[in-house]
Amino acid sequence: MKCIMNKSCVTIFIIVVISLTLSCTKPDSQPVKVGVAGPHSGDLASYGLPSVKAAELVINEINEKGGVLGKKIELLIEDDVCKPELATNTATKLVSQNVHIILGHICSGATKAALGIYKDSKIPAISPSATNPALTQSGDYPNFFRTIASDDAQAKLEVDFALDVLKLKKIAVLHDKGDYGKGLAEFAKSFIEESGRAELVLYEGITPGAVDYSAVVQKIKASGAGAVIYGGYHPEASKIVMLMRKKKMDTILISDDGVKDITFIKVAGEYAEGVYATGPKDVSMNPLAIKANEAHKKTYGSDPGAFFLNAYAAVQAILNAIEKAGSTDYDKVTKALRTEYVETPLGKIRFDEKGDAIGVGFSMFQVKNGKYVEIN
Amino acid sequence: MEYFVQLLLGGLTRGSIYALIALGYTMVYGIIELINFAHGEIYMIGAFTALIVSSVLTLYGFNEFAILVLASLIAVIYSASYGFTVEKIAYKPLRSAPRLSPLISAIGMSIFLQNYVLLAQTSDFLPFPALIPEFNFLKNYEHVFSSSELVIVLTTVIVMTILTLLIKFTKIGKAMRATAQDKKMAMLVGINVNRIISVTFIIGSSLAAIGGILIASHIGQINFNIGFIAGIKAFTAAVLGGIGSIPGAVLGGFVLGWTESFATGYVSSDYEDVFAFALLVLILIFRPAGILSVKCEV
Repeated sequence: MKCIMNKSCVTIFIIVVISLTLSCTKPDSQPVKVGVAGPHSGDLASYGLPSVKAAELVINEINEKGGVLGKKIELLIEDDVCKPELATNTATKLVSQNVHIILGHICSGATKAALGIYKDSKIPAISPSATNPALTQSGDYPNFFRTIASDDAQAKLEVDFALDVLKLKKIAVLHDKGDYGKGLAEFAKSFIEESGRAELVLYEGITPGAVDYSAVVQKIKASGAGAVIYGGYHPEASKIVMLMRKKKMDTILISDDGVKDITFIKVAGEYAEGVYATGPKDVSMNPLAIKANEAHKKTYGSDPGAFFLNAYAAVQAILNAIEKAGSTDYDKVTKALRTEYVETPLGKIRFDEKGDAIGVGFSMFQVKNGKYVEIN
Repeated sequence: MEYFVQLLLGGLTRGSIYALIALGYTMVYGIIELINFAHGEIYMIGAFTALIVSSVLTLYGFNEFAILVLASLIAVIYSASYGFTVEKIAYKPLRSAPRLSPLISAIGMSIFLQNYVLLAQTSDFLPFPALIPEFNFLKNYEHVFSSSELVIVLTTVIVMTILTLLIKFTKIGKAMRATAQDKKMAMLVGINVNRIISVTFIIGSSLAAIGGILIASHIGQINFNIGFIAGIKAFTAAVLGGIGSIPGAVLGGFVLGWTESFATGYVSSDYEDVFAFALLVLILIFRPAGILSVKCEV
């Protein structure tokens, strides 16, 4: 018994335990280390934890089948609380643990802070949720990929639809002065101006909750716009579309997922017919998505949280890329991410040159007979 | 020119909406010098009652006209009883308290009523049926001026006229003016001041309910929060026109409606509120008591 209290005795004991656990794994196969970084505590934990669960689910399944390239996969989970200043610490810690690839981060600010560190260490990072457009479009981070559409994707889709499908020459852009609506409207404005194929005849913010929008509707009419792209939510959109139809205007309304809401159709009734709105692609019928959601329910006993499917797809893309690349080498893995398609709950995806997932994002919907119908 | 006329008519409708609500503010202020912040909520409750009643009546297959009359009648009675009760609960016990106390009580009442409707009904926007029928003679001008807009403008003018006549030429109007001038003196000459104040609240709330029905039917949707912005704008209109004055409230409403309409039409809707409130500041600098500042008219 005296031996237990002895320092050297404890050291020997620890060494024995470590060597025992080490001998459980095959001696020559270093595991593939996947870092999972995001807010796992604090206010925004609900955004980060579903990604951890997605990673656990996919990796347990793969490990049961013998892992990737004959190696087991190991998860290294680190909390960044969504704060950029902590995200750099998180990143440094993961780098020092020799991770091969990162799932994360979750918040755009934290992701940006961490990306530079991963870039210097040649580690690819795939975020399931960071939507800031500049992360991919700036070209600063060739090691960055994401399985979610960027913030400007909706505006891009709206403008492309107006130009290519509806072939409009005059477009008005309105917004509700809010972060979400104005952000979208600003992207739409710059896309229209860049394209040079249509004229931006009106760009204005309206006051949400105002009793009457007849003046701005008259202005749309006077501008001769063929369509209004509206950035904002459904209460104002329904007021505007109702007023336009009552004033016998057939101006098309194109809006965003703030309007792609059943309440919009309920409130605007017959006036809602023909309105276009972008919304996230419907994946509820995807068999892999159904399977992933069921696996989550079975393992954790609850419905999955935010960005679960995006994270699930990201982990699948990571493992697929390592498998196809045949190693965890940075250049080979990033090349595989860009070239190899993988079946995920979000559909069949790969990444483009800038790192955005092709085949993920938004579709255009139109109200037909009181329902939103996806347009292909 | 057509554009100008459309903006003018749009501003007129918007102004009438403000004026209908502003009348209630101005009457109550005229009598007891209280800014009744719960007034916008009474307007919202009127609209909700009309929605519920008209939905039930539609279910029983009543015709359009019967629905309009019955829904309006019930909404007016219901809102009037709310106005009456609010005054009894929140303002009457504070009648001799410092002026700030009933003001805070009014804000409290406003928040209470909003949340009460939020909990009892829903936080969602609800579609409101077009209760006002489409007139045949306006068929060709509907894109310029619709039936509901015409009804709103006409109602505002008629209500203003009746109210002015009521105050100038009836016994109860005389009692109201007396109460407004000096409560204690009015009491001494045998006027039942409490009854007069109750009547004022009942009339004001009825007007708010009428406004609620017309406006909701024009816009086509309501939720628990519609009273807030409408109330703020109507209050601005009342101050602009000279609070306490009945024609002032209507004039204030029109001026505000036109300013917003033309600011949107010729400048940008981004600056709609900027212009409206800049005008308010300007008018208050030159006429501190509002455009039609009449002391003790009500």
